[in-house]
Amino acid sequence: MTGAAEYRALTRKDFASDQAVRWCPGCGDYAILAQVQQTLPKLGIPRENFVVISGIGCSSRFPYYMDTFGIHSIHGRAPTLATGLKCARPDLQVWVVTGDGDSLAIGGNHFLHALRRNVDINILLFNNRIYGLTKGQYSPTSELGKRTKSSPQGSIENPINPIGVAIGAEASFIARTVDMFQQHMSDVLLRAAEHRGATLVEIAQNCVIFNDGTWRHLTDPNAKLENVLYLEHGKPMRFGQKRQKGIRLNGFRPEVVDVARVGEENLLVHDEKAEEPTLAHFLSRMGPPEFPTPVGVFRSIDKPIHDQLLLEQVREAQAQKSPDMNALYRQGQTWEVPQDAT
Amino acid sequence: MTKSLTQKQELDRVTILFCGDSGDGMQLTGSQFTATSALFGNDVSTFPDYPSEIRAPAGSLAGVSAFQINFSSIPIHTPGDTPDALVAMNPAALKVYLPKLKPKGMLIVNRDTFSDVNLKKAGYGENPLEDPELANQYQLRAVPITTLTVNALEDVDLDNRAKQRCKNFFALGLIYWIYDRPLEPTLRWIEEKFTRAPKVAQANQRALETGYQLGETEESFTVNYIVAKAPTDAGAYRLVNGNEASALGFATAARLAGKPLVYSSYPITPATDVLHELAKLKHLDVRTIQYEDEIAAMGSAIGAAFGGTFSLTGTSGPGVCLKSEAINLAIMLELPVVILNVQRGGPSTGMPTKTEQADLLQAFAGRNGESPIPILAAANPADCFDVAIEAFRIAVRHMTPVFMLTDGYIANGAEPWRVPRFEDLETIEVTHPTDPEGFLPYARDESTLGRPWVIPGTAGMEHRLGGLEKQERTGAVSYDPENHERMCRLRAEKIERIADFLPEASPDGPSEGDLLVLSWGGTFGAVYSACQEAQKKGLAVAHLHLRHLNPFPRGLREVLSRYRKVLIPELNLGQLALLIRAKYLVDAVSFNKIKGRPFTIAEVEQKIEEMLS
Repeated sequence: MTGAAEYRALTRKDFASDQAVRWCPGCGDYAILAQVQQTLPKLGIPRENFVVISGIGCSSRFPYYMDTFGIHSIHGRAPTLATGLKCARPDLQVWVVTGDGDSLAIGGNHFLHALRRNVDINILLFNNRIYGLTKGQYSPTSELGKRTKSSPQGSIENPINPIGVAIGAEASFIARTVDMFQQHMSDVLLRAAEHRGATLVEIAQNCVIFNDGTWRHLTDPNAKLENVLYLEHGKPMRFGQKRQKGIRLNGFRPEVVDVARVGEENLLVHDEKAEEPTLAHFLSRMGPPEFPTPVGVFRSIDKPIHDQLLLEQVREAQAQKSPDMNALYRQGQTWEVPQDAT
Repeated sequence: MTKSLTQKQELDRVTILFCGDSGDGMQLTGSQFTATSALFGNDVSTFPDYPSEIRAPAGSLAGVSAFQINFSSIPIHTPGDTPDALVAMNPAALKVYLPKLKPKGMLIVNRDTFSDVNLKKAGYGENPLEDPELANQYQLRAVPITTLTVNALEDVDLDNRAKQRCKNFFALGLIYWIYDRPLEPTLRWIEEKFTRAPKVAQANQRALETGYQLGETEESFTVNYIVAKAPTDAGAYRLVNGNEASALGFATAARLAGKPLVYSSYPITPATDVLHELAKLKHLDVRTIQYEDEIAAMGSAIGAAFGGTFSLTGTSGPGVCLKSEAINLAIMLELPVVILNVQRGGPSTGMPTKTEQADLLQAFAGRNGESPIPILAAANPADCFDVAIEAFRIAVRHMTPVFMLTDGYIANGAEPWRVPRFEDLETIEVTHPTDPEGFLPYARDESTLGRPWVIPGTAGMEHRLGGLEKQERTGAVSYDPENHERMCRLRAEKIERIADFLPEASPDGPSEGDLLVLSWGGTFGAVYSACQEAQKKGLAVAHLHLRHLNPFPRGLREVLSRYRKVLIPELNLGQLALLIRAKYLVDAVSFNKIKGRPFTIAEVEQKIEEMLS
């Protein structure tokens, strides 16, 4: 492994593989790939120490386009490979790339438990609210009533909220960004990379073929400022064309208020470090039509890290007991049969 | 009070079955008898048989727990066909196990438990102890074990319930007298076990001694049986069950390669003890992770293998069902992972605590596509150690996942194990290439066809693996029809070539003759013993036991052709037989048993005779 001293400054190009990218023209995944390739060189980590692991789905083609170590695994299971790898090799930077179907339908269980364990991995969840690779069925994040090939009369299933699931799993780092928000995505990815423990970044991503415009309210230049709440730690929650609107807590209910009328001092102040995820939970519930959609870091707290704890237990045991195999074989009651016994 | 006379009678082997309610401590009693006999120098073999309910209703038939031990002055390979002695701690236990007891066998029952309530729970209309036939057919000794235990502990400061709980040691003490065993190992064990509860230790020790004294003083116990030491090779021995031996073997394999061992698993009967054993070995850099499910455990095992550690997952049949998709990924990625399947009664949840060997075809073919995988099976508890090491040796040498099959019978059964010296074991060579020059992820070793195990962190050798079909050599995604066929054939040939590294098939017994008995896995003991008996009778019967089920050893075809008939006894409906018949066009006869129980020697012997008549 290359030491820090030998580290050569890397660029975006170092992370691009020789494989032709084969997403549909106009797919939001291109923008995400570009941002990840821009961001990883900034971490000062040798390229060979990155591993990108994906499941199945459009997003899961991602590892082929990254010139790092990588595994394109099976549907929903990427977090399990990542956890095993991290327990084997805590020295590696492990990224999981997944989609709304991969992580919240078939892989829901592993998604929960990777976050719960707080394994030091980064999960990028591309949420396009549709099944793309199987050509257009509703996903666990599709809206109730969504008409798709498998729901011609409209979906009769309630959507799941990825941020809410992550809060329920007690994740230590939870963030959201949007495929079109280049700078914002870069900042969020950097924060995720620097966080110790499991991170979830939900990326609102457009599927140009099967669900075009699903996040238009967040990306349309004319509407975006009215619909997006940028979360900033320690700052009052303001949004709107002229930042004229704010979020205030009224009893147990957040509400949108006119800042000029209620005063900035009465707005909710974002605290991503709150030990209790109550505020993050409020924020996770916000969205159209009543509220803006929050983006940025919902939660970032320090929690014991699974792979580190595992290694600490190993080191502790090693300090207490020598690795004597012969002693191990002879534990419990043993007896000797002498040479001349017949 | 001393008895007028006690006869001493020498026996070359004895089988005892301890049975009682799940809460009666029969497993413990049996294990203690086993340890004492092993320390004394007998050959031993055990068969714990317990319900899957943790505490089935007290006194019920479902709640009966049993432990059978065979100990001897001659080499033995099974826990014995029919018990010479039965210790039944309650009516339900008597009801379940009396049919197994040999005619005129020793029958010791705890008379105190034969209350109306317990008799009813066991389904007895009348008290069987009052039926004179019982005493005619067996050497019945109805002992008030509970009362005698509590009386003996009169001055001990424990409540009545706690005193009653010592009754299994009373029974053990009595059996120790009958079979002339020393008390010291168990007295010592009790002391160590209950260091923090000296009163409990004292009570159990006294119960043991009082039971022993009963044998010495009670007139009805007239015979003292002697079973001398068994001849064994010189060396250090300990008792080991299959799950312990597997765990030790896996830990050893990793040490032989200087690697950490990562064990990814999910608890499942009867494989869970492997997790328990390995979790204790952190000082050997054994890293155990208890996952959310079997699928996660298999995924993790692939991740850990990619990272360059010795990677293992363990489960039982239903768990293998869940792992199948990921096992296929490991086959496609060509990464070394060992998958342990401690087989149990199936299908579905089946009979979790009962044994069976019906997962051979699952291991062989239970995945989509052409997905060849090596399969090894252990023959007995101690063999699990060697097979575990060999499974890893094959996995890393040939870059493939490997199945290791054991079963509930050998996983829980214990035997003496000749303790190896770590220094004497052959190291396992592992190389992780670091030279990027000309590196191709799917280039192959000429002799094994294995691909290079390049691990993350190796500069200039970044590469992507995946479940999509691989282009030969480069490993890039490929849908090319010619390439797909080539890759399927290459993966198959890679597994076939493992046989180049294995010993040739070599049967035990005459090199040609009337009958070859072909077996695999945990049936070894019964089949081997039955073939020995047949050979003693002068029959031209040979025995071949297969450790390698895929690929089969070289020379098997030739061996099969040298005998007039081939018999394949299996605890399934003929799975090895199906493979043998298909591969070698041999009209092998299947001999099957699927009762959740191992073969007895007599069953196999009888079948052999039937085949030759």
